[in-house]
Amino acid sequence: MTTIAAETTRVASWRLLLRNPATVVSAVVLGVVVFVAVAANWITPFGVNVVDVPSALRPPSGDHWFGTDELGRDVLSRVLVATQASIGVAVVSVAFAVIVGVTVGIVAGYRGGWVDTVFMRAVDVMFAFPVLLLALAVVAILGPGTTTTILAIGIVYTPIFARVARASTLSVRVEPFVQMSHAMGTGNLYILARHIVPNIAGPLIVQTSLSLAFAILSEAALSFLGLGIQPPRPSLGRMIFDSQGFVTMAWWMAVFPGATIFVIVLAFNLAGDGLRDVLDPKQRTMIEARSKQ
Amino acid sequence: MAVFTQPIVRFIARRLLYSLVVLLGVLVVVFALVHLVPGDPVRIALGTRFTPDAYDALRSASGLDRPIVEQFFGYIGSALTGNLGVSFRNGDPVTVTLLERLPATVSLGLVGIVIALLIALPAGIWSALHEGRVSDAIVRVTSQLGVSIPDFWLGILLIALFATTLGWLPTSGYRPLFEDPAGWLRHIVLPGLTVGLVAAAIMTRYVRAAVLEVASMGYVRTARSKGLTPRVVTFRHTVRNALVPVLTITGIQLATILGGVIVVEVVFAWPGLGRLVYNAVAARDYPVIQGAVLLIAALFLLINLIVDVLYAVVDPRIRLA
Repeated sequence: MTTIAAETTRVASWRLLLRNPATVVSAVVLGVVVFVAVAANWITPFGVNVVDVPSALRPPSGDHWFGTDELGRDVLSRVLVATQASIGVAVVSVAFAVIVGVTVGIVAGYRGGWVDTVFMRAVDVMFAFPVLLLALAVVAILGPGTTTTILAIGIVYTPIFARVARASTLSVRVEPFVQMSHAMGTGNLYILARHIVPNIAGPLIVQTSLSLAFAILSEAALSFLGLGIQPPRPSLGRMIFDSQGFVTMAWWMAVFPGATIFVIVLAFNLAGDGLRDVLDPKQRTMIEARSKQ
Repeated sequence: MAVFTQPIVRFIARRLLYSLVVLLGVLVVVFALVHLVPGDPVRIALGTRFTPDAYDALRSASGLDRPIVEQFFGYIGSALTGNLGVSFRNGDPVTVTLLERLPATVSLGLVGIVIALLIALPAGIWSALHEGRVSDAIVRVTSQLGVSIPDFWLGILLIALFATTLGWLPTSGYRPLFEDPAGWLRHIVLPGLTVGLVAAAIMTRYVRAAVLEVASMGYVRTARSKGLTPRVVTFRHTVRNALVPVLTITGIQLATILGGVIVVEVVFAWPGLGRLVYNAVAARDYPVIQGAVLLIAALFLLINLIVDVLYAVVDPRIRLA
């Protein structure tokens, strides 16, 4: 019975996801982004740091689809490799935030008492710092670079995962199946792995998608300030910074890197919203009721 | 003492105590900042200006030559009395520098939040009242696009269009409001729009959600069923009650803007706290970084405290919970 019910829910979830055109489009865009992130080094038409001054500031053409920059470097090639770097930083930093934040949140929510109080007050303190400011403080300590950027963004997004995981754990731990498991003498680790984690995954998946969007924006902002990914490795934020002096005579230098960030962030946001519609029971009931009307 | 038995006073006292505990945590983090730097922060900050005398003088002036426990209590005590030390770079008192920069950031934040409210309130209410229609879809798509746009990119595009191409507005810079009001207005339009448009996109979604939630409440149905006109139901019962959660998100957005305008301030050469932090990070001027981080975090806490108290004043359910 349970298997059939679980399968029916899964099929219904997929159907709901696929019925939302925005979610489908965002999934396709993210598929392309992942492909670019994996294959960037092989699909770039030119070297990212190949300087060709006679070809500087050329508008988009058959040779250079996204035009060239002030040093004659191919903007498309740089955008592709920068996208790879941006996605890499976002994925690793959000993975860090998920692992640390979810561990803290589950332990706080499951144990309760003084552990909960201490962990959550620490999370409250971290929430008192605006995101970019906290990231800048981390960079100020460790110095700019890719590893620092990953750590900074990871630290900044850890508290939100701790809060989401704690709130979900608090509601799941009082469920009869968890209480029953407890009464049967099952160990805490088993209960956490078998009952708590699978049942709090929904909100965490939604938060992961939204955090990836914010992580891309944060990385771009740090790189724009020259404190993120360092040259000679191209980054989308730094490309926009460098375009400032040329924006009226070479619009493509600013437009293509910016549009790339915009499209990726939009895709993650739409995917997050689509996942929330399916994984949040309240939203899901509303959508199903509406579709039956 | 009878005053403390009143729920609202108890709520404010509890909320104030909570803010003070978090502020203490913030102070600990800010103090730790300079001690987490790998290596000697004074040596790093001096860079090529290093001489043994300059090193000793700066180390002594910043109190880093004292035992760490003494430094900690010294820092907390000084910070609470408004003394945030001196800049590693130019020896200026950090508090004075911060107070000089504060008006520019606050004016940008307030203009941004006003622009955001002017857009988000009508758009969010209209969208909720026309749920499922084309106009709702347009507002939702536009706000989704706005949430996803990098603010610094939007700023550069606005400069390219309105300043460089059309020449209507200056590309960057700042004029103090009380010295040159017209100049202030001309200079704040583009950064204000950059901050305001992104905040408007976020707030529109909250306003829409708040109105939709209130519209589904029992008392709205009752108001409708007892024959009140749609106009009265909409404005007196729905929108008015929906504005309570909107107050919270406005406060949070204002706090977020004040702490997040760093990049916009850099794009527009706006001499606020954000640009100060940016320059201080580049120069490894740790006392200035510590001071600015502390001030912005304290402002963030203060705005959240005010919003929570206001929320409790207008909605008795909060303070009685």
